[in-house]
Amino acid sequence: MRITVDAERCVGSGMCVLTVGEVFDQREDDGRAVVLRPEPPAETWELVREAVDLCPAAAIVLSTDRRP
Amino acid sequence: MGESPHAVTTMPTARQLGCPFDPPAELIEARQHSPISRYTFPGGKPGWLVTGYDLVRSVLADPRFSSRKEFMLHPTIDYGDIEIPPAPPGEFLLMDEPQHSRYRKPLMGKFTVRRMRLLTERVEQITADHLDAMEKTGPPTDLVTAFARPIPAIMICELLGVPYRDRGSFQEQVDSFMNGETSDEDLIAAYTATQNYLAELVAAKRANPTDDVLSELTDSDLTDEELQGIALILLAAGLDTTANMLALGTFALLRNPEQLAALRADPALADRAVEELLRYLSVAKTFMRTALEDVEVGGETVKAGSRVILSYNTANRDPERFADPHVLDLRRQDGGHLAFGHGIHQCLGQQLARVEMRVAFPALVNRFPTLRLAVPPEGVALRPETADIYGVKSLPVTWDA
Repeated sequence: MRITVDAERCVGSGMCVLTVGEVFDQREDDGRAVVLRPEPPAETWELVREAVDLCPAAAIVLSTDRRP
Repeated sequence: MGESPHAVTTMPTARQLGCPFDPPAELIEARQHSPISRYTFPGGKPGWLVTGYDLVRSVLADPRFSSRKEFMLHPTIDYGDIEIPPAPPGEFLLMDEPQHSRYRKPLMGKFTVRRMRLLTERVEQITADHLDAMEKTGPPTDLVTAFARPIPAIMICELLGVPYRDRGSFQEQVDSFMNGETSDEDLIAAYTATQNYLAELVAAKRANPTDDVLSELTDSDLTDEELQGIALILLAAGLDTTANMLALGTFALLRNPEQLAALRADPALADRAVEELLRYLSVAKTFMRTALEDVEVGGETVKAGSRVILSYNTANRDPERFADPHVLDLRRQDGGHLAFGHGIHQCLGQQLARVEMRVAFPALVNRFPTLRLAVPPEGVALRPETADIYGVKSLPVTWDA
């Protein structure tokens, strides 16, 4: 699993940080989401998917990591 | 097209007697018929009422639906064809992109999860002060004035930089915007007084910046008028919403003693309890959008220019989304309630509200293990359905001193 955030879409709700704080954070200056762990450990995947669903701006994109 | 869609003729003005926490029966019934119903606005203008979770969420996320103030229509009062002016500068709740972003962007960094969690200790202190005062005065007391209103009010005022001495009169004015029982004349007077006050406040912050959000914002390209509008939105949202959640939430806990006991017994339940109270009570109960083009919603075509009333409280009680939706269950696992909305307008202050409730509810129920209503439950005065934010007017409580 690989995570990217579309910073332009982000509205700074903080739902991703609230849901899975070890994977997401918010920038101090503008509150936009940043990905702390773009390739999150498997035990967080369920919460990451929840964060994707909860994001009010649909700003979090998941992709499959293509590397071996 | 198949059969004609379900229709709701008028927005209910009251809840069922004895069900102060449940959406009006008419709206629950509408959702049972269909997640989207036809709704005719006074004066005969056709529109829609959306009551189902999935559809409310999808409309909120859809940029083809506008939040602009000038498109708004009162759901129950016919004002004829008077033209509504666009939202004043800074009042970004009632704007679309790109105007909305101009105001939300500079605020986003000031309401982050981390920044709000740093306020936990301050919330704990304010909460303890108010519980001390309740203990000192002794039972009975009105929980609204002793507890529910002052805690969020002090927090938002400190955050924005509203001097404490100005808080009382200011809060009264904001309350008159929200309580659904203020005459138009008094509304205008309260609005004017608030605007004058905020104009002075913004000027003062520009002249002598202090350590607060409003002062920080003077260091941007926002004009005084814009800052005034932003301050109005933030204060109004911060003063009334959480206050009503705290008071109505306490009422709900007192009416569900096994849930209250669970919260008391297990401090780890607090986060989940707050989310469940948000879902169950949905005090910000309806919002409106206007279709900018023809949009298909749940199999119906919402024509360009049609208004859509979104019922958050029935969406948050949708059995297709939440099991046993009318049961308050603090251990509930299914998240994703719409109490703070969805889409680009989702509540900016939600992380502050969470911190406040997360601290205040457990502190209250633990300080007063015998807390109970001081009147029969039917005697608790409720806000009318016409109020933008639902809640109790007062909550007489008592305890064994």
